[in-house]
Amino acid sequence: MLAAAVIAILAAAAGTGCKKHHSNPFPESGAVAGWQKTSETRVFAAKDLWQYIDGDAEQYISAGVVSTSTSDYKYQGQLEAVVDVHTMGDAAGARKILETGQTGDTKTVQLGDAGIAYAQSVIFRKGPSLVRIVAYESTPDAPQALLALAHAIEAKL
Amino acid sequence: MTSRRDFLKEAATGAVILGSQSKLGIAGMLDHHTESGKSKVVVARDPQLHGTGTQPDEKRVLALLDRAIAAYTGRQNPVEAWKHIVGPSKVIGLKTNGLGGKGISTHLALVMAVSERLQQAGVKPGNIIVWDRNARDLQACGLTINTDPSRVRCFGSDVSGYEEQPVAWGSANVKLSKILTRECDMVIGLPILKDHEMSGVTFAMKNMYGVVERPFELHANGCNPGVADLNRIPVVREKVRFTIGDAISSVYQGGPSFHPEHLWYPNALIVGEDRVAVDHVAWQMIERKRAEAGVPTLEAAGRPPRYIATAADAAHGLGVNDPQRIHLMEI
Repeated sequence: MLAAAVIAILAAAAGTGCKKHHSNPFPESGAVAGWQKTSETRVFAAKDLWQYIDGDAEQYISAGVVSTSTSDYKYQGQLEAVVDVHTMGDAAGARKILETGQTGDTKTVQLGDAGIAYAQSVIFRKGPSLVRIVAYESTPDAPQALLALAHAIEAKL
Repeated sequence: MTSRRDFLKEAATGAVILGSQSKLGIAGMLDHHTESGKSKVVVARDPQLHGTGTQPDEKRVLALLDRAIAAYTGRQNPVEAWKHIVGPSKVIGLKTNGLGGKGISTHLALVMAVSERLQQAGVKPGNIIVWDRNARDLQACGLTINTDPSRVRCFGSDVSGYEEQPVAWGSANVKLSKILTRECDMVIGLPILKDHEMSGVTFAMKNMYGVVERPFELHANGCNPGVADLNRIPVVREKVRFTIGDAISSVYQGGPSFHPEHLWYPNALIVGEDRVAVDHVAWQMIERKRAEAGVPTLEAAGRPPRYIATAADAAHGLGVNDPQRIHLMEI
């Protein structure tokens, strides 16, 4: 019976095409001090990205986005943030998006291949991944908290 | 006898609404032209709207709304002013915009303030529908989904669905939300002011992208003429009668998503019936902020909101974008 189940699973995998398993870049609650993961991770294929960021989707599509994953977080039960992980077709696509978003008051940070930070957000790229973490409020501890979360995500990419 | 299919088609195109407008009894106030024939737009500000927090003070938002409506209608009593805007037996839709997520969506305080005044003006709670594309967008505004008709209703087009029969005007060939076509007699737009990566600015007219099933199909060429064409569809043009634009906070760059590094607080409401004039005024507000922040103009950035002029052209006739024909009241 077990053998039959294994065969069935293998057959199903063959039928759908075995896809490469990507590691989950989203830290679980408590994995980073003070941070709780407060939502399920939602995944949008490029063709469906408009459902998540209609109006912004096109710039990601033109840069070769393959899929976008997103999840909500909360720091110390108060500071809400969202993490978006855009998986691009290649590193050049991630670079293009990162460079487009830079402004004069950008602060560079040591994250992945390149990273920038503001008072309420951290954006970095690593290989084909472009990660954007945004807090909904500005608090004194937000910059450090966001960086800590960003480092944890980077380690999982 | 009209078949159900024909009726649905007519409802979707607005023919039924146009034919029965007197029966619906939409209040006659909405006279957006001043005596000089100009379109009236009110920009009401309260620099103390946010106090020391990131969320606006609810009482101050209500007071700001009252000032804006008083200036617009010429009636000092807010309830009387609202009676002038809506009839008591109508189903009034409040179309919010929660696309940008929690950081940059229509403020809950504004939705509550408008809902409160509508009820005081005689609109039954269940005849008020706060709506947007889906539950996520509504929740981004801090709203709770509710379909119980004994209270103010709040649900998205993911609940109501979209008309099966598309309607077309120019480049727009869309399936409209049944909330617009079947539920609401009149819609008040509650957009939030934002920079927009493609269209330059998103506010009154662009907010209507949230009433169609596949808005991305209208994004070509900087959303021009997509925005104007969509607003020209009869049911959109006729039902969406008034804008109470949320410029309490805004992003002047990086929109329509939330980019806190470009967040600013105009602490204002922009009110008017002429959606083109409202958008023109909003656009200028964004440009002034961009200049102040040292950011290129939208023209220089390659994305001026050309759809505003298109909406004002003879083919669309949705309003005016000539500053000489806009009576701007800043209070």
